[in-house]
Amino acid sequence: MVSQAKILVFSTEKISDPAIDMAGLLKLHYPPQVYTIAIPCSSGVKPRWILKALEKGFDGVFIAADGSDCSHGESCTEKTGAIVGKTHNLMKEKGIDPARLKMAALCSVCSESFVKQIRSFNEYLLKSKNS
Amino acid sequence: MDKKLGVYICACGGNISDYVDIEKVREAVKDEDCVLLARTTMFACGDSNQKEMEKDIQENNLSGIVVASCSPKLHLTTFRSVSERAGLNKYNYVHANIREQASWAHSGNKQGATEKAIHLVKAAIAKARFAKSLEPTRIKSQKSVAIIGAGVAGIKASIALSNMGDNVYLIERENKIGGKLASLGKVFPGNITGEDMIARLNEEVKNEDRITLLTSTKIKECSGNIGDFRIRLQDNIETGEPAVSEREINVGSILVATGFESYTPSEGEYGYKEIDNVITLPEFRDLIKNGKEGKELVFKNRKIRDIAFIYCVGSRQIKGENKYCSRYCCSAAIQSSLDIKERFGDVQVYHFTKGVRTYGSQELKYAEASRSGDIFIQFPDKDEPVVSSEKGVTLIKAKDILSAKKEIEAAVDLVVLVTGMVPDSDKSVGSLLKLPRGRDNFFNEIHMKLRPVETVIDGITIAGTCQGPKGVMESVNSALSAAVKTHSFVSKGELELSPIVAYTDVKTCEWCGACSEACPYNAISKSEEDGKVVAIVNKTTCKGCGMCLPVCDSDSIELTSFTNNEIESMIEILAN
Repeated sequence: MVSQAKILVFSTEKISDPAIDMAGLLKLHYPPQVYTIAIPCSSGVKPRWILKALEKGFDGVFIAADGSDCSHGESCTEKTGAIVGKTHNLMKEKGIDPARLKMAALCSVCSESFVKQIRSFNEYLLKSKNS
Repeated sequence: MDKKLGVYICACGGNISDYVDIEKVREAVKDEDCVLLARTTMFACGDSNQKEMEKDIQENNLSGIVVASCSPKLHLTTFRSVSERAGLNKYNYVHANIREQASWAHSGNKQGATEKAIHLVKAAIAKARFAKSLEPTRIKSQKSVAIIGAGVAGIKASIALSNMGDNVYLIERENKIGGKLASLGKVFPGNITGEDMIARLNEEVKNEDRITLLTSTKIKECSGNIGDFRIRLQDNIETGEPAVSEREINVGSILVATGFESYTPSEGEYGYKEIDNVITLPEFRDLIKNGKEGKELVFKNRKIRDIAFIYCVGSRQIKGENKYCSRYCCSAAIQSSLDIKERFGDVQVYHFTKGVRTYGSQELKYAEASRSGDIFIQFPDKDEPVVSSEKGVTLIKAKDILSAKKEIEAAVDLVVLVTGMVPDSDKSVGSLLKLPRGRDNFFNEIHMKLRPVETVIDGITIAGTCQGPKGVMESVNSALSAAVKTHSFVSKGELELSPIVAYTDVKTCEWCGACSEACPYNAISKSEEDGKVVAIVNKTTCKGCGMCLPVCDSDSIELTSFTNNEIESMIEILAN
């Protein structure tokens, strides 16, 4: 029985990473097996990175998307959504549960939302892993 | 690989080492490939450690460093400067955030936090192995600044920026400047009224050609980045339709000074709104200001001879949300007490406090009030005074810590609730600019000591009481500090930008146009290289967002510092 899922978070340097930092500042605890890689924009995550993470042992990948706050333009939500859609198809082809990739928009102050999302994702991953 | 890396793991004076075993982290990473030296340090950002790092880089000819400490938002620039001073290209330094994302986030689980820190540092080392030397690009910065809020902080900042040669748009939602201070009588140290102070500053603003004052104006939209913010303003908001007009300004930086609101007690809190002679400090200051000097102070046709001040209403709350001290209210209450005696003759004043916090020279006013006959009663935190009305007499009862918790009772003509500061209820500016707020709901600076006026949004600074409770002098000091920081963003007319840009591999690229279509900056164009049509990235236009990366089917486009090698080597380490 595994008690914690291993989650890779792709956060963004200017929007979601400050929110994740603030979660730490406010001591809003979440499982320690949640690791973050910060990138400039959530629309820049390559599907191959997500697949690599899942193949190498991560139980889930969470994209903390910029959403409408993205300083690179309004198309960010749509573009990140397209990456998730494309990767979901690749995951299905490889027989990987698409629900192991999750995306949610996270603003620069959405610390509580981040912790809530991660906890619920962790619960889902544990449930499917232990079932 | 022939890289020689130095790794520094910070204790952050206990902020990290209390929850992460940093010695264990050092042991775990010291033999990683390319690591030449690994050290722990009490404060990585401290001057002495910075000098040690410079010495290490030079003496060992290091080709890269990894610093594991607080958020890179705080010290990225510090360690990039260390690298530069030591002759190492600053992009060969990689940061691991083991405070906000390890020690603090998992403060209840030392083993888990330590394991996570080890993984984060190893991942940073993996990234550092692939790091390359880069040269920054430069962009034009608008030499103008927008200041939002024309209270004392906004006004002082605008005058300071104007004196430094910057064009300033001073934006105020009200139809006049001065904020709360404009309506106040004497303020500490008591030799000038708030009204006079603002009148003087108003004259100065009028004489500054570089300041464009926009009253009755609010921000409708804001877009762009540091050096080039575009703000859409709505004018004449007070007059409403059809006079409302809109205009756009273009500025290099934004200084936010939107101020505070006074705490409004809830109905029944110390008898507020239930007993008619219970009022707040701002209401009392209005009463003093409007009273006739030399005559007795009168409230609701009742002569006021005995007054009780109850301190820390809406501040330092044990049960409520406002745990913070509002800093200015002890001095403001004592100043008000001295004012009434000066203007209206002999009045007996009782101060029911949680411990007076008249810090610094404000202590002199405390002493003056004590000498003038004011009585100070210190009630316990958890045993607050009770205000009641019996047969038309207002009574206040409290236990006094200074008299071995003896119960004191006073019959008074007026009860003044010394209310603290709360954040402005108009959240529109914070929402539009996406400014983070702290636990107290005021705007949050990056670091209260090291970067006290900067926010995580590049190019936006904060000043005055929108950041937290402050007295007038403290607000002015923070405004001047924010003005200097803001000036640094616009003064040169250009800013150094990150050289992190996309690039294509012309060998594998078969032009399809997908990357060009995905780019929001039109930075990618079709070009011919050695007789082959390929995608080429314009380095000065590319903003390094990486939107072009996932759409390339042949995976021929990469982003510097976020290459497949760098990201995938980190993933492999973190997955283990």
